[in-house]
Amino acid sequence: MRVVADTGLCQGHQLCQGEAPTVFGFDEDADVVVLLDEHPDESLRPDVATAVKYCPAFALSLEEDR
Amino acid sequence: MIPEVSMVLDDQDPSVPDIIRGTGHLPEMRVDPIGLFHRVRDECGDLGRFRLADKDVVLVSGAEANEAFFRAPDDVLDQAAAYPFMTPIFGKGVVFDASPEERQQMLKNQALRGDMMRGHARTIEAEIRRMVAGWGDEGEIDLLDFFAELTIYTTSSCLIGKPFRDQLDGSFAEIYHRLERGTDAIAYVDPYADIESFRVRDQAREELVAKVQAIIAARIAKAASLGGEIPREERDLLDVLIAVGYDAEMVTGIFISMMFAGHHTSSGTASWAMIELLRNPAVLADVVAELDALYAPDAAGTTPEVSFQALRSIPVLESALKETLRLHPPLIVLMRVVREEFELLGHTIAPGTVLAASPRVSNRIEADFPDAEEFRPERYVDPRQEDLQNRWTWIPFGAGKHRCVGNAFAMMQMKAIFSVLLRDFEFAAVQPLDAYHDDVTKMVIQLAQPARVRYRRRSR
Repeated sequence: MRVVADTGLCQGHQLCQGEAPTVFGFDEDADVVVLLDEHPDESLRPDVATAVKYCPAFALSLEEDR
Repeated sequence: MIPEVSMVLDDQDPSVPDIIRGTGHLPEMRVDPIGLFHRVRDECGDLGRFRLADKDVVLVSGAEANEAFFRAPDDVLDQAAAYPFMTPIFGKGVVFDASPEERQQMLKNQALRGDMMRGHARTIEAEIRRMVAGWGDEGEIDLLDFFAELTIYTTSSCLIGKPFRDQLDGSFAEIYHRLERGTDAIAYVDPYADIESFRVRDQAREELVAKVQAIIAARIAKAASLGGEIPREERDLLDVLIAVGYDAEMVTGIFISMMFAGHHTSSGTASWAMIELLRNPAVLADVVAELDALYAPDAAGTTPEVSFQALRSIPVLESALKETLRLHPPLIVLMRVVREEFELLGHTIAPGTVLAASPRVSNRIEADFPDAEEFRPERYVDPRQEDLQNRWTWIPFGAGKHRCVGNAFAMMQMKAIFSVLLRDFEFAAVQPLDAYHDDVTKMVIQLAQPARVRYRRRSR
């Protein structure tokens, strides 16, 4: 899977970091999400999917590798 | 040329108040805004024009146009100037040092921070329990009265502070409601026109200032009696504003503006969620079963706290809430004033034009939401996830950088409210189910009264 973060939409709520801290980091200066791992391990799928679903800014998405 | 929608209400008709004669579609927007906005899409497609007095409005819909609308920077599409009906509510002469964008950011960084949510969840659970404490085993409530009062307490307590909230009673909610009713679209011609709804609005605002003045006086007297200072643990935002030197007029304006976005929106959503659950008994049964299982005591006899669970996934209830928001978005139109020439779907929009997007219209686009007029919570279940799949047309919270910063708070609040209500009580309609409807004659849409339901305590 591939994680996509749209920093043009991110509002800096930082909820994603709580769900998957090894995938989502935070740029304090820009107040937006930073992707730490664009292709996380399959074992992290539930956490990443939860982060995507509950992102208050709808700034995250999950795409399938092909 | 962007097509213009037809006129179905003659703007010279004798039924139209003098002050808005000849203002194009304004008279229709004052009585049937939903009909107008849907007709724009039906007749004109993704871009259609209508006229509000001297303002040309372009209403956009569909994913592509909505995305351009929601992604545009503030210096191109300005939201500050688009809502003339709000200025007299926040207060003429009440000057904030911040733009709407900055205020939104401040709210997010202070009261709506992720790490404050647990405390807010506790506060909301306590407020809802306080509201139902006097209910007895059965009775009747009006949904608007009940949820408008509850959400005054939750928003004031979470955003301003508990000491301030504890000085409020039902009369504050009643006055605040009259203020919200002052959002007549006649404001697009003159927000200070001498008309009944604006007189009611201004009277309500004065009453709120008087109440806040009394609370300030009591706070200052209490500080004096304690040797000059309120103890740190009893302070809230009001003490900060008093210390800065703001008067009651200014403080009231700040509080109104802080509470406004979260009040009628949450109140309306809670009401409509209840109505849709009553209209869809199979969904209600699923939600109640989900909550009963979630809050069932474990082997040791302890049950999860509502304030803990409301911050976590409650999938069936969440889907019902999302579907309520799709069908009944609290704001049916979002507006921006074009500041710089704006390219949109091959058209050039001139500065001064008002651009609008309609959650009400976009949320019901059949191609994106099959059976769009129907209440179908299953559309949010993985893998359909029609909210995430249609992030530019599933827009009850708006979209883009200005997507409602309170949406996580709002969803948590709804989950807490229904966790308490549906576990302790059963509800039944006391009006025909299709009789519940919104009053759409003001820009702030609210449930039309009566909107009564009966409750009965569950035996467990």
